Amino acid sequence: MHDDNSHDQQPRPASAGAAGDQLAQSERQPTGMPAVEFRDIDIFYGKFAAVRDFSLAIRKGSFVTLLGPSGCGKTTILRSIAGLVDISSGQISIGGKRVDDIPIYKRNIGLVFQNYALFPHKNVFDNVAFGLKYRNVPKPEIVRRVKKALDMVRLPGSETKLPSQLSGGQQQRIALARAIVFEPEVLLLDEPLSALDANMREDMRVEIKKIQRETGITAIFVTHDQEEALSMSDHIVVMNAGLIEQIGSPAQVYDQPATAFVANFLGKANMLPGSVTVMDGKMAMIALASGHVVKVAAPKALATGSAVTVVVRPQKLTVGTAGAANRLAGRIVSTSYLGGNAVYEIDIGAGTLVRANTLIDGQPLREGEAVDVCFGPLGCVLLDAQGLRIA
Amino acid sequence: MRADHPDREGRWAWRLTGAITLCVYVFMFAPIIATVVLSFNASMFGGFPLTGFSLRWYEKLLTNEPVLDAFRTSMWIALVTATVTTLLGIMAALALVRFEFRGKQAINTLVILPALVPETILGVGLLVMIKAVDQPRSMALLVLGHILLTLPYVVLIVQARMVGIKRSYEEAALSLGAPRVSTFREITLPLLIPAVLASILLAFTISFDNTSASLFWRPAGVETMPTQILSMLKISISPEVNALGTVMILLTVGIPLAGGLILQSLTWFKAGK
Repeated sequence: MHDDNSHDQQPRPASAGAAGDQLAQSERQPTGMPAVEFRDIDIFYGKFAAVRDFSLAIRKGSFVTLLGPSGCGKTTILRSIAGLVDISSGQISIGGKRVDDIPIYKRNIGLVFQNYALFPHKNVFDNVAFGLKYRNVPKPEIVRRVKKALDMVRLPGSETKLPSQLSGGQQQRIALARAIVFEPEVLLLDEPLSALDANMREDMRVEIKKIQRETGITAIFVTHDQEEALSMSDHIVVMNAGLIEQIGSPAQVYDQPATAFVANFLGKANMLPGSVTVMDGKMAMIALASGHVVKVAAPKALATGSAVTVVVRPQKLTVGTAGAANRLAGRIVSTSYLGGNAVYEIDIGAGTLVRANTLIDGQPLREGEAVDVCFGPLGCVLLDAQGLRIA
Repeated sequence: MRADHPDREGRWAWRLTGAITLCVYVFMFAPIIATVVLSFNASMFGGFPLTGFSLRWYEKLLTNEPVLDAFRTSMWIALVTATVTTLLGIMAALALVRFEFRGKQAINTLVILPALVPETILGVGLLVMIKAVDQPRSMALLVLGHILLTLPYVVLIVQARMVGIKRSYEEAALSLGAPRVSTFREITLPLLIPAVLASILLAFTISFDNTSASLFWRPAGVETMPTQILSMLKISISPEVNALGTVMILLTVGIPLAGGLILQSLTWFKAGK
């Protein structure tokens, strides 16, 4: 969505719109017109604001994920592109053309639903051919393109089957074929994996991504599953309560969460409140509420006494490593053994629980054991009193 | 409850259940069977005992002009009623299920209300209203009345089916480029077909069967099948009435049954099994 040197979009509720516009600007220069562009979108249901100040430009051919908890407005945004939800203000463009007043059936978008929504009374061929039929494609061409699409989703020869004769995963692949066969300008995927069982989900994740890359189609994907978002996306838009929290690449939103919400939503980061005691060059000494003092790299000088929150990923915490800059003594409260690694919940005093996700060799540590939790000064994120990342 | 005879009580319970069930069925079907059996009775009187098998009452029926007239009238009214009611019902159910508007809840209740009001009251009410605007009783009034009687049931049936049709089917069709009318024709209507067929059959049967309201609404000199039977009964229980009754039973039971069978074979065929 933007070049690497211009990363660090930190839109916070109030500034989300402005940040989105910047994004749109930087987008336009290298690649020309964005495939989909939102400008200052507000969507109200009666008095309830489902989405506020939503601005975003999506580059052609990219895979963008709207990520957030249920009710955050991500599906509403997706449906507004399709024309299934009316926007209250702002404008949406697809391929540089404003679509606010264009009815859904003229928008040329491919839509994939959570519940597949294959027409139950039509066979696979008629389902996939549906979009082509309304684009006046001649019959032999329809047959050819349906076949190609079915090959692409690896269900060749299934033309005469009815949806009820297919498994959930197969149905979703047919739904995908139906949505891409007429080469829409943008492919919208509304939690397409959440109705599938866990194994199938992972396969479909890879498959959707592969097909998206092969066809070069612009895809907008809605999910509440951070793993899906991180593994599939070029860019992630993290949303909460109708507002954009952060826009960035998967690595950016994961490693440099712009807000406390993002840090928490992606990967359940440990949030350790405290206050700055002293600055030592680029290092800040921080007295945690749990009583420990830790040393953390600060991106800028911080005033002594200012309240901060240290965000540490469970993966950055190790248990009992010698020589680490920060050692917090604690006791294991719970252990989850996951084979190659283990997740410990550790009480470090004053009622503060931290989660450590570490690689293990052999037996995990037992509950009740006294351990030291360690982390280095780098790889932490500092949030200010408002929960915004200090950059 | 003795543990060593676990099935003795169970056996008696089953016998009792069987006996009661049999009684209920006899009670339900004896009058129907009696009518059918007596319609083939050779006796001059429309009751027992049986004196021999004969089709003469059916023969007589076929030459009875008033009865044939009434039959044609009823058929005609039932067909028009079923068609119009089903069309209206589909539209009403669409609006009530797919759209949000003010007073939706109230309209929903009002549509069902005629089914709850006693038929006699409806009969008198419509008549009073017609008098108030100084119109004569006419065939149109009779048909309108029947539409009024059947609409609630049709709306209920179509609505129930409509709720079961996921909106995402329609949204998918729209997103694929089908305008709203095409979406309705290609997606919604085919999925609604079972409810549409059921509506037509039910509306037809209700209309064809209706007696009390029709008594109020029919124009002078017009008889429907049920009112014709009623007026025939005023004279005597002639065996002809039994034959006519049997024809009515055949129609009102046979049509929905046939419809159900057609529907079943249709879905069976669609499933490709």
